[in-house]
Amino acid sequence: MSKILDELLYSESHEWVKVDGNIAIIGVSDFAQEEMGDITYVDAPAEGDTVAKGEDFGALESVKASSELYSPVSGNVVAVNEELEDKPELINEDPYGAWIIKVEMSDKSELDTLLSAAAYAEIAQ
Amino acid sequence: MRYYDKLIFELSHPGRTGYSLPSVQQYPFFAEKCSSGVAVDAAVPANLLRKSKLELPEVSEVDVVRHYTNLSQMNFGVDTGFYPLGSCTMKYNPKINEEIANHPAFAGLHPLQPAETVKGAQAVIDGLDAALAAITGMKHFTFLPCAGAHGELTGLMLMREYHMARNDSARVKVIVPDSAHGTNPASAAVCGLQIVEVKSGADGLVDVEALKPLLGPDVAGIMMTNPNTLGLFERQIGEIARLVHECGGLLYYDGANMNPLLGKVRPGDMGFDIMHLNLHKTFSTPHGGGGPGSGPVGVGERVLPYLRIPQTSGFHGNFGVMLRAYAYILMLGKQNVKMAGPLATLSANYIKESLKDCYKLPIPTVCKHEFVFDGLINDGAREGKTGATTLDVAKRLLDYGFHAPTIYFPLLFHQALMIEPTETESLETLDEFIAVMKKIAAEAAEDPDILHGAPHNAPIGRPDETAAARNPILKA
Repeated sequence: MSKILDELLYSESHEWVKVDGNIAIIGVSDFAQEEMGDITYVDAPAEGDTVAKGEDFGALESVKASSELYSPVSGNVVAVNEELEDKPELINEDPYGAWIIKVEMSDKSELDTLLSAAAYAEIAQ
Repeated sequence: MRYYDKLIFELSHPGRTGYSLPSVQQYPFFAEKCSSGVAVDAAVPANLLRKSKLELPEVSEVDVVRHYTNLSQMNFGVDTGFYPLGSCTMKYNPKINEEIANHPAFAGLHPLQPAETVKGAQAVIDGLDAALAAITGMKHFTFLPCAGAHGELTGLMLMREYHMARNDSARVKVIVPDSAHGTNPASAAVCGLQIVEVKSGADGLVDVEALKPLLGPDVAGIMMTNPNTLGLFERQIGEIARLVHECGGLLYYDGANMNPLLGKVRPGDMGFDIMHLNLHKTFSTPHGGGGPGSGPVGVGERVLPYLRIPQTSGFHGNFGVMLRAYAYILMLGKQNVKMAGPLATLSANYIKESLKDCYKLPIPTVCKHEFVFDGLINDGAREGKTGATTLDVAKRLLDYGFHAPTIYFPLLFHQALMIEPTETESLETLDEFIAVMKKIAAEAAEDPDILHGAPHNAPIGRPDETAAARNPILKA
């Protein structure tokens, strides 16, 4: 059984969101990293890029497959976790610690469409 | 299989030779020069003289023969054993194809020879064009593309050309089913088109209702494989073709899975306008390991005016592969070509039905040339034991002398194990494979660690794919 943290919001495409004021911190769930297997490369956007809810903002590559990352919210990328460039395995080791991007949200109401931990647990199995 | 990884240089021993070459002074040029007292070195222009020592391995003939024979035995191919690699159509390649492709009258041709001296080669191209047109229901083929993905790009450029010539430049979207081969969206992207995914239904087929809202004046076309990646025939293809044509788009057929339809069903009759064939798969040429391939593109009535190929060019893609394909078609003949598809389909269904009690079968309907299992039914997981995965099953198959099936593709299933036996295997070989697959399932149920440690008998265990991908060493 994969780990799901109660205090986070989730998307159906297995990204998690931690809300910090107007900033959304985005990563992928424990379920996603388990399904992907050993992650070998993180393709992330650059600081200053814009992302749109539901559209891809990068991709994860593992020995099994390449998988798109879909943004759970819209806004501007204000930070990118550069540590993942050399250490993509951090996502496997600690999926909820290894955030991928931080986004300054342009429409906070988009958060209402995301899943709670309980609702996400229904689909992540 | 004996492990062997020596370099020929490791066998080298100073002064050892297999053959003694005659002195250069026996050759008229040197005989003449050197008779007047000129040293051999001085007889050769300075710019043609080697400055450094020639580093060649010094070995006897038997060393050379054993070295390369041992290396060749480290390999596995269709000539060594059963190769059920799903989506790859690793059928047996008759040796007559090789003989014909290696015939000096063909192998010695130069692409820049005058056209009137290559009438034979031109006749082969024309004959193959006519045969493929008859088999697929297309009007004509171009043989320039050197592989499947090259064919896809060529086909999509033709699609774009068709729309542009009609001043219909708003068509920038290509619809691709979620079960498509990865090259389809990649080719569309390289061609500068946008990719729109259409979902499959629970039956594994393109959902016509999900397709309808995607169609419109911005759609250039749809790319499909039929049977699709799950080995299922897209039964709604007639309706899909009608809808796509109605909105002004074209249909592209990825010939990767043409094998089961060979001589039975024609993409042209299904409504496809452009297609490519993988000659190296369907028409039996040794492939894998990067080639050589051949991906001729065929077009129907609509697109024919845009296929402008100089028919007298000496550069017609991989001509050797075309020769093999033509030899294969002529050897089978009209009647027997029709048997390839049904036999490939029968083999796949036989394995599927024989193993469905041990392996999860997500889509239980009749398949075509290939099908997908979703891992073991009983993976042996219990207190203190991790279950065996599809990777473990694949590795264990190597111990029993079979090539592993395609694994973790298509992505629709998490433990995908994709098996394509082809029509060239005997019932005995299929039965042997089935027995081994059952044995592996029983081993997993009893102790999954047997599988986790596999392969136990192969010369190389499990290479660390993760480390190789994370820290690739690309230069010596």
